Formats: sequence, structure tokens, C-alpha cells
Amino acid sequence: MNIHVEARSITKRFGPTTALNGAGLSIAEGETHALVGRNGAGKSTLVSILTGLQRPDEGEVLFSGTPAPALADRDAWRRRVACVYQKSTIIPNLTVTENLFLHRQTTGRIINWRALRAKARELLDTYEVDVDGERLAGELSVEQRQLVEIARALSFGARFIILDEPTARLDGPAIERLFVRMRALKAQGVTMMYISHHLEEVYEICQSVTVFRDARHIMTRPVADLPHQELVDAMTGEATAAYQARSRTPGSGVVLAASGLSLAGRYEGVDLEVRSGEVIGLAGSASSGKIGLAETLVGLRRPDAGTVTVNGTQPKPGDVPAFLAAGLGFVPEDRHHEGFVPLLSVGENATIPIAGKLGRFGVISPARRRARAVQMIKDLDIKTEGPEQPVGDLSGGNAQKVVFARALVDEPAALVVMNPTAGVDVKAKQALLGAVEDAAERGAGAVVVSDELDDLRICDRVLVMFHGRIVKDVPRGWTDHELVAVMEGIEE
Amino acid sequence: MTTLTAPRLRLTRFRDLTLVPVIVLLLIVGAILDPFFLTAGNLTNVLQQQAAISLVVLAEALILISGKFDLSLEATVGMAPAIAVMLVVPASAGGFGLGLPAALVIPLCLLIGAAIGAFNGFLILRFQLSAFVVTLAMMIVIGGLQLGPTEGKTLFKLPESILYLGSTTWLGLPAAIWIAAILFAGGIFALAYTRVGRSLYAIGGNADAARAAGIRVDRVLWGVFILGGVLAALAGILETGRLGAIGSGQGDGWIFMVFAAAVIGGVSMDGGKGTILGALTGVLVIGLVQNLLTLKGVSGFWQPVVYGLIILIALIISRVAGGKAQD
Repeated sequence: MNIHVEARSITKRFGPTTALNGAGLSIAEGETHALVGRNGAGKSTLVSILTGLQRPDEGEVLFSGTPAPALADRDAWRRRVACVYQKSTIIPNLTVTENLFLHRQTTGRIINWRALRAKARELLDTYEVDVDGERLAGELSVEQRQLVEIARALSFGARFIILDEPTARLDGPAIERLFVRMRALKAQGVTMMYISHHLEEVYEICQSVTVFRDARHIMTRPVADLPHQELVDAMTGEATAAYQARSRTPGSGVVLAASGLSLAGRYEGVDLEVRSGEVIGLAGSASSGKIGLAETLVGLRRPDAGTVTVNGTQPKPGDVPAFLAAGLGFVPEDRHHEGFVPLLSVGENATIPIAGKLGRFGVISPARRRARAVQMIKDLDIKTEGPEQPVGDLSGGNAQKVVFARALVDEPAALVVMNPTAGVDVKAKQALLGAVEDAAERGAGAVVVSDELDDLRICDRVLVMFHGRIVKDVPRGWTDHELVAVMEGIEE
Repeated sequence: MTTLTAPRLRLTRFRDLTLVPVIVLLLIVGAILDPFFLTAGNLTNVLQQQAAISLVVLAEALILISGKFDLSLEATVGMAPAIAVMLVVPASAGGFGLGLPAALVIPLCLLIGAAIGAFNGFLILRFQLSAFVVTLAMMIVIGGLQLGPTEGKTLFKLPESILYLGSTTWLGLPAAIWIAAILFAGGIFALAYTRVGRSLYAIGGNADAARAAGIRVDRVLWGVFILGGVLAALAGILETGRLGAIGSGQGDGWIFMVFAAAVIGGVSMDGGKGTILGALTGVLVIGLVQNLLTLKGVSGFWQPVVYGLIILIALIISRVAGGKAQD
């Protein structure tokens, strides 16, 4: 078998982080090869190196045994490799025709639109894309846009195509249609590299699979004789020794409940109940809709249907202040974006939700705020020079503690934390998880939304979401394999 | 053209021409309100008055479509011709007394415009600064570069060559109208039928995708800024010829009208959207309204209220039609 594409011991660093550490893979001609790994494993970096958007610090890329062209020669790259990126490269205000022939509308000086439309028609017909070339690309559905991108990518004559998480934003039937198309391309001898978080798709469409973990190549194996267990094993690696989760007995009062919650394109038909003193986990892949659901539970999003009940009241959907007033505290998904105001002090950030209680007639008493902030700094063990230090100066872990302080300062009855330990070190991680358990011991009900299995270990039960639905309620005592298998949709 | 694609084509054409009914309506209302309005003399007058500012609208439309911003164009309208004139006229006429030949005044003026555009592009593209703030600062700097040497005085003794284009008549119409018409026709053609022209839309629509498609984004944008400066300088030449002098306030306040014309003509402030033809209809609407208000004796002090309202109404219409929230 001929090797079509080969990446040899690629190393790529971005500042202090190593995105790829001597990793590589080789793909045989005509095969559909999966590349899997958890977030941060280095998949996206490999894609940008294989498509010539970035230069590796070390290592080389070979196409059919010959070295890759120079980075500046975009056309040469596009004749060798086509890519449908995660992020759309369609220009919404231009027609489909023009998007197909972007920057190659004509070889002469003047664009002959009629001829171009005919060429576009021909290209769309060749790849059986049922889209009107005169429509604006922005009006197309995600699936149609993707098909246009595939047709454009292949029109350069490349026989190797990379599909970077193409199914992340497609629904079931559209995924099936994509697979039909991929099989047809394979039958024509096209080589493909397929990236997905959904392992069952890998088993369905790919012949072999390469696993990356922590910027390294872990293994490459034919899919046919690879047990699910082993694949999941390779992806997760050894579970790092960790935090000892405490046991507790949940109370009987429901502090946070959702019923019949639906939001188009995110999740549908979600019911859940969190009792006082209970910690529940919400797990699932990036496209599972768990973040969308969590954001609805805290009032950041307005659902299409269904209700959220916080501590016995139903706050107005999409009205965050109403949710906070009802007794909810939350840690948003992206702390840099929604978590804190970097130029304001630790004390001010931590006490924003209770500003009204720190004084009278809209005037905040600095002494009372300071006292409260000092208390929170002590409770959460925030490493800071004092309540006056701007949060922007703190390390990631300590900044996240300030966000926790903000969520906890009003002693909420219900607590929702999203990706609580993203980008923080081991010690801070344990302190943050401890803070969630402390809150539960005080009688709060907590929801932990996370990609990290370690975060979910503190939960009394974990609700697993898949393609927008809660598919399983896993009680405490699960193993990594079990949970990952459910998250990736291998096991029903 | 096949019958199959014809209806859709006509629709896309219409998108540029949403203001045409407004222009027709203005002509009808104007004819009813004032018998003098719909005469060839008055309409020629409207066009001539709008010729200079329309070039700045053309420049701004190109820059906006590319997804950038330029506030400094209005300052260039006054400063480029003023400095060019001062370089060639003797000290007795308010110049620097360098003794450069008077024939150089127009090339010098355009060169100054190009240099300003190049400097804007340099700051915005090389240092990745915000186009809004850079050109706001540049507007102030350029205005000062005119006020400083002239000490705020109006330049009266001008070389013939700089007065010619803005004051002469070709084939029965003011030359300024011909120049604007030719440049707009060129702009419409270039943006519809050339690769460089189309790349402006690609860059304004999604610069990363444009880069991935092999478009040299920075180079194209730089060219657009330079072209914008040249067009603003040319607008200054036409305005100088029309008025016969260069006042210290030449071009002041134009930028608001320029943005108004571009935006009501369908050019998006977010980039990637709009056409030169649309921008042209925007200029015409503003010109006709201005003329009508003046003919009906509406005080010049009150006219800004009307212009402001027109902009707001156009924004609301485009928001309702476009359906997307504006930044």
C-alpha cells in the first residue's frame, strides 16, 4: 500500500506550551483515517500544519513521498490537500458561485459572470450538491455550507481531504448523508483524514485510527480489530491520582429544577432536579448541548420551551438578575469573558452581586465591602496582596477563585459551575472542587458542568448528554471507561 | 442569459437600487413643491454641488466594503490642495515660496492624498491599530497641518491649473460631473468584474477566509487606503475649482454626510456588503433633499435636523430589512 500523506515527528510550540511533541502519522492512499484525542491533544495544530497554514518547528510533511511545498505557495498546497475546517471559510455576503471560485473568478482581467455561473453549476453537479449557485452563502444551512466547502476544497484537484469535526454542527440525518458522500469519495480513491469526538462515527466510517494525547502520538491501529475499551483507554490515559470526593446525604428539598426545557439546535426535552445538599454532574461532548443547558439554568439564555425553577420560584427566562435574586450563584464557562472585570479589584469583583446589600440608597460602604472581601479571600484561600489588587494581575487559578467567590458570596441555594477547573493547576483545582463540596454541605444544590472526569468525581450522580438530550443518569462509582463510552455515544 | 436564472439576477440587481423609488419620489414631490426644481439647470446644479463629496463617498464606500474605516478623508479634502498650492505659489500669495512650477499643483495634491492614505494604512495594517481611532487622530493631525502653515487664512491667489477641473464645462456639463460619473462607472465596473474588486468583498466579509483563498489581504487594504486618499484629494481639487478659493474649513463636517450617503445607499459599516451604485444613489438622495430644503427656504441652521433624521430612518429600515442587530 502506498503512503499518501505522512507527518514525521512534528514538534510545534506556541510560547511556553508545546502543542505537538514529536507526533506524527501516516495515511495510506485511499483510506479514511481517523484522528482522535481529547481537547488539547494537538489535533487542530496538526491540521494547520498538514494544510500548510503553519510551519512545524521540527519534523516534516510528505505527500506521496515528496516533501511538502513552501508555505507561501498556497496553490501548490491546495492541489495536494483540501480541508473543511471547523470554522467556516465561507463568505456569507457573497453568492455560492463566487465562494466556490474565490480569488480565481477569472484567469484574465475581466470576470465573465455567465461563464463563472456555468462553471459553478458544473462543479455543484459533479459533487451532487443541490444548491442554487446564485444564493448568498450566508442563507445556506450548515449542511449546505459544508457541502459547498467540500466541493470547493476538491475543485483544486486535491486527492487528500481533511474533515475537521464536520459532524459537530450537523443533526443525525445530515450526518448520514455526509457519510454516504464520504463513502462515494472513498470509492473514487480519495484519501481522507477524519476528526471527530464521536467514536461511534470513527467505527462507522474509518478504516484506521490514530490517537493523540497530550501533544503526543499514542497509537495507530486498524479500526476493525480495535476494542472500544482500548480506544477509550488510549484517549484518556492513566487517571491521575486525585482528589478524594466526600460522601454526603442529599436533603429532600429541590433547589433547582428544569422541566421540558428545549432550545433549538442546543438541547431538547430536558428535565432535571437538583436537591439541597446534592452535587450533580453534567457531562457530554462539545456538541452535546451541556453548556447551552447550563447557561439556560442560570438565566444567560432564554429557552424556546420549558421552565426553570430556582429555590421554589420561577425567575423570568433569560433575566440573570432575577435568577441571582432567586438564590442562584454561577461560574460562567469562560471566566475571562464573563467571569470577572480584570481592571477591578478582587474585593469589587467578588462582591458585585451583593453590592446592594453593602450599603443604603445605592451607596456602597467600602468598609463593609472590604470586610466581606477579606472573608471570601480567607474562605477560598485566594492568593492575593489584598482585596485592592486587580483580578487581571492574578494567576488563572486565583482568578477563578475570585469568580467562585462572586458565585458564593450571597450564599446561594443553587450553584451552577461550568468548566470550573479549566486552565488551573492541580492545587487550585482541588481547592475549587472543595469549595463546591463545602457549598453542598451548607445545604446548596450544585451542578458541575465539565469536560474533566476529575471534576465529575465529586458528583453524587452524573447526567450524560448526547446530541442535545440527557441519555443517562450515572450514579457515583462509575469508571472512566464507562462514562467516556456514554459521552461518546458508544453505549446506550 | 437563460430564463432560469433571470428572475434571481434581477432581484440581486434590485438590492442595489432600493433608493431609486426614493429618488423618484423626491423628484415628484420636488416638482410639485417648486416648479424650478425639475429644470435641467437646477438638476445640473445639484449634481455639480455633489460631485466633490461624491468622490469622498466613493472612497469611503471602498474602504467600508473592505471592512475598514476612514474618518480622515474630510481633512484631506482641505489640506491636500492647500498644501499643494502653497508649494507652488510665491510667498506673496501665501505660499512657501519654493518656486516649484505651477503645473505640478495637481500631481502634488494627489501625491499628498496618496501619502496620507499610505500612512493610515501603515498604522492600521502594520501596527494593527484600530482604523477608527487612527483615522480620527489623523483627521485632527491633517486639519492641523492645513491650519498651521496657512495660519487659518483662506488661500485666494490660486494657480489656473487647480481651478480648471472644478470650474470648466465639457460638452455642456460641468467637468466635475463628468469626472465623478467616470470614476463611479469605473468603481462599479471594477468591483463587479475584476478579481481585485471582488477581493474587497471577500476581505470585508471574512478576512481569514480571504487570506486562506490566497488573497494578499494587507496589500489590497493598503491599496484601498491609498486610493481613498487620492480620491479625497481629487475631491478637494474639484471643490477648490468650484469655490475659487481654499478656506481653512474646506471639507469640514463632510464625513458625516459621507457616512450617511454610504450607509443609506446600503454599504454596511461591518464590511463586505454594499455596492458603489448603492452609494451613488445615497449621494443623490442627500443632494436632492439638500436642494429641496434650500429651494423651500428652510434655514441652513435647521437642515442638519433633517439630515440626521434621514440617517436614522435609513438605519432603521436597513435593520428591519437585514434582520441582524447592528454594532
